[in-house]
Order: sequence, then structure tokens, then C-alpha cells
Amino acid sequence: MSPAVSDVVVTEQYVMPEEHYINSDTSLKSWLLTVDHKRIAILYMLTITFFFFIGGFMASLVRLELLTPAGDLLESDTYNRAFSMHGVMMIFFFLVPSVPATLGNFLVPLMVGARDLAFPRINLLSWYIFLVGASFAVSAMVLGGVDTGWTFYTPFSTTFSNSNVILTAVGILIAGFASIFTGLNFIVTVHRMRAPGMSWFRLPLFIWSQYAASLIMVLGTPVIAITLALVALERGFHIGIFDPKLGGDPILFQHMFWFYSHPAVYIMILPGMGVISEVIPAFAHKRIFGYKAVAYSSIAIAVFGFLVWAHHMFIAGISIYAALVFSLVSFIVAIPSAIKVFNWSATLYKGSIRWNTPMLYAFGFIGLFTIGGLTGLFLASLGLDVHLTETYFIVAHFHYVMVGGMVLAYLCGIHFWWPKMTGRMYPELPAKLSALLVFVGFNLTFMPQFILGYLGMPRRYHAYPPEWQVFNVLSSAGASILAIGFLMPMIYLVWSLKYGKIAGPNPWQATGLEWETSSPPPTHNFLEQPIVTSEPYNYGPKEGEV
Amino acid sequence: MSDHQHDHQHDQHTDHHDTVHHVGHVITYVIVFFALVVGTLGTYLAAKVDMGAFNAPVALIIATTKAFLVILFFMHVKDSSRLTKTVVAGGIFWLCILLTLTMTDFLSRVWH
Repeated sequence: MSPAVSDVVVTEQYVMPEEHYINSDTSLKSWLLTVDHKRIAILYMLTITFFFFIGGFMASLVRLELLTPAGDLLESDTYNRAFSMHGVMMIFFFLVPSVPATLGNFLVPLMVGARDLAFPRINLLSWYIFLVGASFAVSAMVLGGVDTGWTFYTPFSTTFSNSNVILTAVGILIAGFASIFTGLNFIVTVHRMRAPGMSWFRLPLFIWSQYAASLIMVLGTPVIAITLALVALERGFHIGIFDPKLGGDPILFQHMFWFYSHPAVYIMILPGMGVISEVIPAFAHKRIFGYKAVAYSSIAIAVFGFLVWAHHMFIAGISIYAALVFSLVSFIVAIPSAIKVFNWSATLYKGSIRWNTPMLYAFGFIGLFTIGGLTGLFLASLGLDVHLTETYFIVAHFHYVMVGGMVLAYLCGIHFWWPKMTGRMYPELPAKLSALLVFVGFNLTFMPQFILGYLGMPRRYHAYPPEWQVFNVLSSAGASILAIGFLMPMIYLVWSLKYGKIAGPNPWQATGLEWETSSPPPTHNFLEQPIVTSEPYNYGPKEGEV
Repeated sequence: MSDHQHDHQHDQHTDHHDTVHHVGHVITYVIVFFALVVGTLGTYLAAKVDMGAFNAPVALIIATTKAFLVILFFMHVKDSSRLTKTVVAGGIFWLCILLTLTMTDFLSRVWH
């Protein structure tokens, strides 16, 4: 432990700034019509937390049903709707907007030294559009839900399903525009609104990752919108796009769906990687190892991520020659992800490491994302994929990336920037306990699913042979621990709003422009225009400390 | 006084220039609109004629031409900055990735 870095984070007595973005106007109208990126971030955070718990409730139904081999809690049709709504809610209404729309909205202008995003009104419009899209999806759920899975595969979705496909698809289509607006705003802000001295290679890595994810949002989201519109048109008006009887091609749906939905995994994980790239140097109190390599890796992931989609379709009947190419490129996309993991690990070498909650989550992310990423290589292998795809192996792999990776990164970021957002510290002990519960509960939930998948248990069935029960019981037990781990932050974070210790501007002794303004920041972020004169992550000894 | 006269002449000149420019734009939009109508009729008539293997290519060529007319004139890309043109070209390039890699599967399937 370096003597310069203290374990006790808040050592001085700070007072809250007199006026900041939260108390500048407290009326409901001022919140609902705000164009302040920080307030919009809070609105998004409240909204997606609601959808996280709806999705979580659906997951609880699934895990309760799978406690026993017989389908005794839910009918098969109800089970189909439960896992479908779990997927739809979690992916389109929690994971995709999670880091970009909350932490990204809050931090991008602060980190580049701007007063707001480039298009503040479009930012507010994005939230309202998201609400409209979400209300369609919730209406579909209330009216009986959808049973196609979150993937809407044809011909089931266009011809055979008797659930609310069109309503859900329209909801996702509308929410897609919210995503495009957010991406557009970030791209223009990073290009045009950087503070004096903030060159591209002085940008925090969180910004690089948001920028890369924004490129995917803008380039990929229109394709899923069009694809789901075509599903609705074929289902509603029998226009032949995917149905062979009408002259269509069902595999065309999968091409179009995965052209967005595979890169969408990177929309979800890249901002999470950005969070980790900020937290690791802050809690190792050391400049990040290989800044440019990590920055370029974000762009490489965004570009290569668009060239791998058909690895979801190896058993769908696609050409073996095309499959070979997609398999090869899928292996290549693992390289920039690995570069990041190696660079985060190398950053820790000889660092002054502090084990605060964000660092626990960051360590959890690195381990779990690595397992998720490496098992992805199993699925990118043509022969092995035939055995493992459509089994619980793929469910486990996906959740290791999305929950073990993305949700942990989200919680990591929320804890790291909570003092900046609210001006108050969260209580460290329950937060550490919650991080531990999430890590243990997560592994207990999903590690048995790798084994179940390897043994051949298919996903999306509500009943299974009795010999697999032990793994399913372990998985459901883990899910209940995970649920407690997720509920705890809800309680202590709300508690901290009133009783948390006042944080001061920079409780973690971190670098970055967001830590140079008060906590919570004023409405226009900085009282004076910041000027950047040094490299990012400048954790070296200050003058007079050597 | 002379400054005032000069400004007045300048304003008149600018107004005249704007009017000519505006009328020019309206004429261009009308021409493009009729070109799109002709394209639509062309698509309809082409669908009535069996051209064998050329059925799809002809329809696609007409559709692509119409799309480019909309992008260049109605979306003002023709007179936009180089950055805007680059962004549009990037979007088209990404569409080409989708179409090309999908066609590599479609054209090399063994089970047609």
C-alpha cells in the first residue's frame, strides 16, 4: 500500500454545494421537461431499474419451474411466455440502455468537459420515445405476453405463434429510435464538444468505449427495426419476406436479426468495459497499461463485431463455406477483448490496490467476462457448436457475458460514480457484502448450466429428465442468492441519499474531469471552462510528493 | 449614407440570389419527384413483363436509383459537407456488409 493512498476514502468533512443539478429546481415539471443530461440519466436509471425487476421476476418464475423435472408450476405455454418476456425486458429495456443511457448520459459531457450533450432536446426525446416503446412491450405483457423467445425466429413468429408478437415488435422498434438518438448524441458530442486540450488520446477510455458502442447503435439498430417491421408486415398482411410459401426465406430473418443482435452484445458489453477501464486505474492508483491498445480495441470490437453474426446460425442450414468464414472471424473478435483483459491485469502490477466495492465488482467482471468470452470460442467452433448450441451451455455462456460481465460492470459503475451523482457515499460494508453475494449467487446459478448444456439439456423447455434435477436445484438456489445480492443495493443506495456521508468532489482520489467539479455537479457541470493539460490516468506522484 | 446604400444594394442582391436559388431548388425537387414517379411506374411495368433471370436485377436497379435520388436531393446530401457524405457512405458500406455476407451464404448453400 502506497502511503499516498488512503483506504479510508472520505477523510475530510465536506459540505454539500449550495446549488447543484438536483436542487436547482425540485418541481415535477422541471424533471419531466429537463434537458440536463444528468437529470435525464437519473430518469433513465429509474426506468430501467423498473424493467430490470420485471425481467427479474420473469427469471424467478423460470427458475422456480425448473426446480422439479415435471412441468408442475407453469404450463408449457406460460413457461414460453415467461422466458420470452424475461429476455425481451432484460435485453431491450435494461441491458441495451443500461450503461449508455444512465452512466453514459451522466458522464460523457462531464468527462469531455462540456456543459451538456450536443442535442439536449433529442436526449429528452430519447427518454420519452423509450417510454412509449416500453409501454407497448408492457401492454403486450399484460395482454398475455409473447412466446417466441427474445429472438422472434420465423416462421414461428410470423405464422404459428398466437401471442402478442406485433405489439412487442412495435415496442422494440420504437425503443430502437431512443437508442439511435443516444448514440447520435454521443458521437456528435465527442467530435464537437471536447474541452480545450482534450485531444482524442486524452479522452478517458470510458468515452472511447461509449463512442464505439454508439457507432454500433447508429449502424445496427435500424436493421433490427426494419426486421421486426417486416415480421409484423408478414404476420399482419401476409407480405412474403420470410415465409417460403410466399416466396420468402426463413433464414433471411436470422441473418437480419443477428446482424444487429450480435453487435448488440457489444452495445451492452463495450460500455461495461469502459467502466472497468476507469475503475481499475483508480483503485490500483496507477496509469492504465497500454492506453492506446485498449482504445483501439474498442473500435476493433465494434467493427469486427459486425462480421461474426452467422455463428448463431451454424445449425440453421446456412452454407458450410459461409460458416467457415464466420467461424474464423468470430475467433478474431476475441483478440481485442483479450487485449483489454490483459491490459487491465497488467495495470494491477505494482499498483496500490484498494478493495472498495467498485474494485470488487471490477474483479468479478474480469473473471466472469473471461469465462463468458472463452466459452464463446467453444460456440464459434463449427463442430462443437453443433453439440452445444440450443442447450443450457449457450444460456450459461450468454449470462456469463451479460450478467457476469455487463450487470457487474453496471453495478461497478453505479457504486463508483454514486458519490458524484448524489454527493453522498454509499455504506461500504453492505455494499461489499452485496458484491460478494452477487458473485457467489451468480456462479452457483450459471456454472451448473454449463454442465447441463454439455450433458445435452435443451433450453426453453419447462420439463426435463430427473437425472438433471440436482444441477437445476443448484442453479435455482444460486438465483435466490443472486436476487438478494441485487436487492441489497436498492436498499442501501436509497438509504445513502439521506444518511450517507457527504462525499466531496473526489472521494476516490481519481483522475478525470468529472472529479474536478463538485458532487453533485452544478447544472452546467463546471463553474469555469476546464482546460486539459495532461494525459489521462495521470496517477504518478504530484510535484512535491517525490 | 453610402454605407447604408451599399447595405441596401447588398440586401437586394442577397434576396434576389436567395429567390433564384429557391426557385432553382423547387424546379429540381419537381424534376426529382417526377423521376421517382417514373421509376415507380417503371417498377410496375417491369413486374408485368417476364424477363426471366433479369426480373430481380431490373427491379433492384430501379429501386436503387430512386433511393439515390432521395438521398442526394431530398436529403440534401449532394450539397452537404464532406463529413456528411462520409457518414452516408459509411451507412451504405455497412448495408453492403449485410447484403454481401448474407449472399455468400445464400449463393453457396448446398440444399437449394
